[in-house]
Amino acid sequence: MAFFEAKDIVKQYAGHKALNKVSISVPKGSIFGLLGPNGAGKTTLIRIINQITGPDSGVVLFNGNPLVPNDITRIGYLPEERGLYKKMKVGEQAVYLAQLKGMSQKEATKKLKVWFDKFDILQWWDKKVEELSKGMQQKIQFIVTILHEPELLIFDEPFSGFDPINTNLLKKEILELRDKGATIIFSTHNMGSVEEICDHIALINKSEKILDGPVDQIKKKYRTNTYELTYTGEFDKLEQVLKSDFEIVEQQKGVEHNTLTVKLNNGSTSNELLAQLLPYLNIVSFSEIIPSMNDIFIRVVNENKKI
Amino acid sequence: MNKIFIIIKREYLSRVKKRSFLILTFLTPVLIAGIYAFMIWMMLKDDTESRTIAVINESQLVEPVQSKDFTTFKYLNNTSFEDAKAQMEEKDYYAILLIPENILESKTAELFSYKQVTMEVKSEAGSQLRDHIEQIKRSKIIAQANMPDLEEKLAATRTPISMKTIKFGEGGEVKQSSTEIAMAIGFISSFIIYMFIFLYGVQVMRGVIEEKSNRIVEVIISSVKPFQLMMGKIVGVAMVGLTQFIMWVILSGIIITIGTAVVLPGVDMDSLQQAKTLSELPQGAASLNADQLKMAQDLLGTFDFGYVAGILGAFVFFFLGGYLLYSALFAAVGSAVDNETETQQFMLPITIPLILAMYIGFAVAKNPEGSLAFWGSIIPLTSPIVMLVRIPYGVPVWELLLSMVTLIGTFLFVTWIAAKIYRTGILMYGKKVSYKEIWKWLRYHN
Repeated sequence: MAFFEAKDIVKQYAGHKALNKVSISVPKGSIFGLLGPNGAGKTTLIRIINQITGPDSGVVLFNGNPLVPNDITRIGYLPEERGLYKKMKVGEQAVYLAQLKGMSQKEATKKLKVWFDKFDILQWWDKKVEELSKGMQQKIQFIVTILHEPELLIFDEPFSGFDPINTNLLKKEILELRDKGATIIFSTHNMGSVEEICDHIALINKSEKILDGPVDQIKKKYRTNTYELTYTGEFDKLEQVLKSDFEIVEQQKGVEHNTLTVKLNNGSTSNELLAQLLPYLNIVSFSEIIPSMNDIFIRVVNENKKI
Repeated sequence: MNKIFIIIKREYLSRVKKRSFLILTFLTPVLIAGIYAFMIWMMLKDDTESRTIAVINESQLVEPVQSKDFTTFKYLNNTSFEDAKAQMEEKDYYAILLIPENILESKTAELFSYKQVTMEVKSEAGSQLRDHIEQIKRSKIIAQANMPDLEEKLAATRTPISMKTIKFGEGGEVKQSSTEIAMAIGFISSFIIYMFIFLYGVQVMRGVIEEKSNRIVEVIISSVKPFQLMMGKIVGVAMVGLTQFIMWVILSGIIITIGTAVVLPGVDMDSLQQAKTLSELPQGAASLNADQLKMAQDLLGTFDFGYVAGILGAFVFFFLGGYLLYSALFAAVGSAVDNETETQQFMLPITIPLILAMYIGFAVAKNPEGSLAFWGSIIPLTSPIVMLVRIPYGVPVWELLLSMVTLIGTFLFVTWIAAKIYRTGILMYGKKVSYKEIWKWLRYHN
C-alpha cells in the first residue's frame, strides 16, 4: 500500500518546467530512492512534498488523504542546503527547531538529551555552533530532523559532507528508523548508497520521471544476459567453437586465471554455454553480470538524451 | 500562530542577549550623560581661567574697560605697543587691547594675541567699550536736553513683549500653543522614527541574509510558513528596538538626575543657566532667554492631557506603521541577495524615500499647511516622518485618518509583495538577482 503518493505533478517556473507530470508512489515502510542528475527536478519535488512550494497541478496524497498544512509535523526533512545558526548554542538551537515542529520545550529537551548521548555529543550542548566541526553539525541536523518521530522522512543528499565512519553511523540509523516503521524518501545521485539501502527508486531526468519500481526488478529488467567466467588453461580458438548465439564481449589473460565475458543472444541459456565450453576449459567460476544502479542510471539517462 | 511567537521569542532573545546589545544599551546613556556633563564642565571651566589683558589706551576715554570675574585688564601707561608686545611672554599677558585715539569716530579697537582670542574675552572687551561710549554719549545728550529724570524715563520705554500664540480649539475653547515647542516635538519624534526605521530595518535585512547564508532557512520553512518566519523576525526586531529605546530613555533620565544631584551639588541651576546663556549669547541676551524659558514653562503647564496623549498615540502608530512598512522591504532585499555587499542596488529605492521624507520634514516644519506638507503626510513612504512633524501643529482629523488608512493599506500590500519576493528569494542561491528577476518572482504562484 502506498503511504505517500504524488500524481501528475506539474511545476512551472517562468521560462522552464521544473516538473512535468511526475508521479511517484512510496510504499509504507520502504526506503525510496529519488534519483536524477543535478537540476532534474528532485529538489522541487521534495519542496512540494514539504509544502515549501505548491504544485501548479497534480495531487499529493499522504496516507491516502490530500496533504494538509498540519502534516508537516509528521514529516522530517533534511535539506541538501542545510545549516544552523552559528552564534546560537547547540542545545538551545536544537530545542528551538524541535519547537517549530510542534514539540513542547520540555519534551524536546528530554528527547534531545537521549539522542545527543547516543551520538556522543552531549558535552557540546552549551557550545556555540561555530565551535563545532562540520561533521558534528551534520549530526545535530540529523537528530533535529528525526526528533519528532515523523512517519515520513526525507533526506536530500544526506551523506554529502560526512566522513566514512559517520556515513556508516547514519546508514545504520536510517535502516533502524525504517525497521521501526518510518517511510523514507532518499534523494541522491550517489548510486552506491542507493544499492545498499533503497528498496524502491524513481529516476527523474529533465523534469520527467523516466524509470521507477523496486530495485531488484529494475536490475532484472536491465540485465543484459552477460556472464563472466574465469578459467585456467590455454585456448585461443574459442570463437570457432562457440555457436553464433554466444557473443564474446571480452577476453582477458590474467596471472592465475583468464577471464571471459560472454553475452547470450537469441534465448540461449547459460547451461548451453557451459556445455560447449566444458570440453576445452577448466572452469573456476561462473556468474551473471548484474548491472549496477550506476550503470543503469547512466544508460537510462543517455538513452533519454538521444530521444 | 503559536509558532510565530516561538520565532519572535528567538529573534528577540538572541539579539537582546548579545554582548553588543548590552554594551550599546548601557553605554549610550552613559555617553549621553557624559557629553552633557562635559558640556556643563566646559562652560564652568571656561569661566575660571584667569587672563590678564594689557591695555594700551591712546584715546581720551578714562579706563573704559574694567576687570571682571577672571579677566583682568591692566593699563600700561607710557608703554609703546612694541614694548608691550616684547613683554607679553614675560608678564604672561593673554592679549593686548589697543584702543586707538580716534575710537569715537572709527568705532574700532584691536586685540592682539599669539593665540586665537576666546569669544568671552572678545565680547567682554567689546561690550564694555560699547557701554562706556554709549554712556558718555547719553550723558552728553541728557546734559544738553536739560530734563530731570531723563535717564529713568528712557529706561522705562524699554518694553519686552512676549507673544503668546493661542489657537482656537474644536469646541470653541482656546488653547495656548507654542510654535517652538511644536517644532521641537515634531522634529524629535520624526527623527526618532527615521533612526529607528534605518537601524532596525537593516537589522531585519541582516537577519534574513544570515539565515540564508548559513543555510538554515530551508530547515525552518519546512516547519513554518515563510511569511511566519518573516513576520516573526520583523516583530522580534521591533521589540528589540523598543526595548533599547525605552532603556535609553530610562537610563539617561536616571544618570542625568543622579549626576546633577551628586556631581554638581554646589552649583545652583541659576548660575549654570547664566553661564550657559552667556557663552551662547554673549550680547547680554540672558534676560531674553530667561523670559522664553519662563514662557515655555507656562505653556507646558497649560498643555492638556488629551493633546499630549494624542501626540503620543500618533507617534506610536506612525512609528510602528513606518517601521513595519520599511522592514518588510528590507526583508525582501535581504532574501534576494547572498551577502551584504550585494544589497546596494536594492537599498537605493528604500533609502531614497526615507531620506527624502526627512528633507520634506524640514520644509514642512516651516509651513505645516502647504501642499507639500499634505502630500508628504499622505504618501505612505514619507508619511510616518512628515506627519509627525505636522501633528504638533494640529492636523485636520480627516487628513490624519486618510494618512493612517493609506499607511495600513500600503503596509498590507507591501508585506504581501515582500512575502512573495522573500518566499522565492530565500531558496535562491548563487544567483545574481536583478530587478527583472524579482519581477518574475512576483508572478510565481506559491
